[in-house]
Amino acid sequence: MTDRLLEIRDILIEAEIEGQWTPIVNNLSMTLERGEIVGLIGESGAGKSTFGLCALGYTKPGCRIVSGSIKLDGMELTGQPESVLREIRGNKVAYVAQSAAASFNPAHTLLEQFSEAPVQHGKMKTSEAAIRGRELYKQLDLPEPDTIGERYPHQVSGGQLQRAMTAMALGSNPDIIIFDEPTTALDVTTQIEVLSAIKEAVKSRHVAAIYITHDLAVVAQMADRIMVLRYGDLIEEGDAREMLANPKEDYTRQLLAVRSLREQRTGDAREDTILEVENVTARYPGTTTDVLQDIHVKLQKGKTVAIVGESGSGKSTLARVITGLLPPSTGSITYRGEVLPPGLKEKSKENLRSIQMIYQMADVAMNPRQRIREIIGRPLEFYHDISGQANEARVLELLEKIEIPGSYMDRYPAQLSGGEKQRICIARALAAEPELIICDEVTSALDQLVAEGILDLLQNLQNDLNVSYLFITHDLATVKAIADEIVVMYQGRIVEQGPKKEILEPPWEDYTELLLSSVPEMDPDWLDELVQRRLRGEAPTADTLRQR
Amino acid sequence: MKILEYIGDLNWSARIGLFIILFFAFCAIFAPWLAPYGESEIVGDVWEPIGGEFVFGTDIIGRDMLSRLIFGARNTIVLALLTTICSFTLGSVMGFIAATKGGMIDQVLSRIVDIIISVPTLICALIVVSAVGTSFFVLAVVIGIIYAMPVYRIARAVAMDIEVMDYVEAARLRGEGLWWIMKREILPNAMTPLAAEFGLRFCFVFLLISGLSFLGLGLQPPLADWGAMVRSNSEGIAWGFLHPLIPASCIALLTIGINLLVDSLVHKASGLRDEH
Repeated sequence: MTDRLLEIRDILIEAEIEGQWTPIVNNLSMTLERGEIVGLIGESGAGKSTFGLCALGYTKPGCRIVSGSIKLDGMELTGQPESVLREIRGNKVAYVAQSAAASFNPAHTLLEQFSEAPVQHGKMKTSEAAIRGRELYKQLDLPEPDTIGERYPHQVSGGQLQRAMTAMALGSNPDIIIFDEPTTALDVTTQIEVLSAIKEAVKSRHVAAIYITHDLAVVAQMADRIMVLRYGDLIEEGDAREMLANPKEDYTRQLLAVRSLREQRTGDAREDTILEVENVTARYPGTTTDVLQDIHVKLQKGKTVAIVGESGSGKSTLARVITGLLPPSTGSITYRGEVLPPGLKEKSKENLRSIQMIYQMADVAMNPRQRIREIIGRPLEFYHDISGQANEARVLELLEKIEIPGSYMDRYPAQLSGGEKQRICIARALAAEPELIICDEVTSALDQLVAEGILDLLQNLQNDLNVSYLFITHDLATVKAIADEIVVMYQGRIVEQGPKKEILEPPWEDYTELLLSSVPEMDPDWLDELVQRRLRGEAPTADTLRQR
Repeated sequence: MKILEYIGDLNWSARIGLFIILFFAFCAIFAPWLAPYGESEIVGDVWEPIGGEFVFGTDIIGRDMLSRLIFGARNTIVLALLTTICSFTLGSVMGFIAATKGGMIDQVLSRIVDIIISVPTLICALIVVSAVGTSFFVLAVVIGIIYAMPVYRIARAVAMDIEVMDYVEAARLRGEGLWWIMKREILPNAMTPLAAEFGLRFCFVFLLISGLSFLGLGLQPPLADWGAMVRSNSEGIAWGFLHPLIPASCIALLTIGINLLVDSLVHKASGLRDEH
């Protein structure tokens, strides 16, 4: 009991939803000992962030702590005035947010922002803070630790910014750090670097941490103990290794389940090629660098080609080129044996109809002021001249296909959940009766289980309608689940392409290997082993690739 | 009975606003039957007191204030409404075109707007009105064009934000035309800030019209309009007559009414969007 740092008991937190106070954290308890890392895991709406943040005595606007107690180092936090809490925040308990880019002030250098908290709390002088900053930057493996502090947030990469933020949190020697999805917005290859740096820094300082995430594989690397939350309730709690080995609850098992590999389909090898991208090079107007170089992609009817790569690899640009939003500077795109005109304006209605697109953010892909009936009904009216009663009947039919009740017809997009919104976007694409659908990161904004539902749906639709997919994603698990062929892109070029089996099995190109090896696995020792292997030069790292 | 349901949904401030607007609209529509005397009929002595034989007294040349207020409602509201609608239609359409088309079209439109906006409103109106005459219709169009410029800027800025949304891109990829994108994708989402602006612009129009009337270039006497009534009776204040305050309060009341209604409509509309 001597080392008990944080003790949260029966905390009940309510949020105001449509004018009513609804519990979002139901009498949860947690203890945290010095040097221990607890992982909070759950899908969106599980209350994991709200629960984690209450260790700061903080609730988000519109929330309130109703009952329960939060004891930090023997001191009760509930009911304390804001001035006392302010002393604790950033000082004894620090917070690392999901989006470092949004949490840094763009007008100040990294080091200025680093020094702010310790100097204000009177712990250090500015010069001492600077020395400490450099030390921490070095420990967190930031490049040029002596001078990086003089840069502004926009001058460093996303992964570096996240580490700078961790350095900031460690700056005033806190007892506890709360990590709120610190790597969710990062590419897999960057995620590794950040994870290992954070793990190293936290472990070596014997700091306790609460690690909030939706990704079990990530938490498996970080946490000693895991709490699985759902709808504000605790589902399961236990030692990390033990839980991963034998999960007790169904829900945990569902989260743990590795997505089933799609069986390799034995179709006719010489099936009709529907889309062929040849020799395409493209750049954005007004720039001088080619964002796509020498791209060749072939897509067969009824098949799925997955385009994989990290942000900046040009995979979304390729989608823009195919749709005609960005005409290629050289090369051509052939669709069903005909060369497509390069620009959007020259395309025939028929061309536009047969290639549809589904976006990453279903939220902004639908007009918030149109009802579902208009959103799905418009392409029917526009391409097929179906209106009135027939239109409504067809919309209902489409809704049934995407497993959404017909009563949703008159709802606005804001009244749907994330997964439902994405389904409506799929229905909108289907309404045009396309032969090819370009899916741009369609599942990356969704929770794991919801995303699996969407992938299942896409799969079934393909079996029914024989539609082809060009599937753009950074998530290799998705690729494994859905692709027939894989195209790996890096910095605007194709690194490797071929049938799924060939790409996913050795021998690999260096970049493919880096990408594959960076996907977190459920094994709690995976991260440490990978870091060791990379140090020994047995596995490629992002740096070795960059040097070439 | 959809309208009744709709009113039932409004909050109290919106209902008050709606009531004020309906009241003035009623006066405007039925002016010839409501007004006890004619619009330009001289019925009594100069500056007859308020609350005597004439409810609101008589004006500087002995016309009944109440009758002139009622007829004035007709001229003023119709003119202001016509002008504001004119300026919003023109400004929004231009702004949306500039935002969706971009490039040269945006440049040309924006620079034209810059030029017009750089000339003070009143002077600009004076020049044009003195050149083309002061008929009701000319006034509406001229002031409409002048006030379309600030509307253009707002509409363009709002539309530019909307234009980069995926749903607009989706409409483009579908092959929708410019008009459809502007009307169905951009306009509904730009309505909130534009409606808020509408309430404000409406009031500015009153002021400009009364300014022109004062200089003899607005509505021509003996036509009554509230702005001109304030101006022409303003010297009464020096003698302790409160007559000019009556049309002034009408302007204020209508302004408040419109803003109450618009505010709550805007609030309602944006509330729908924030709901997640």
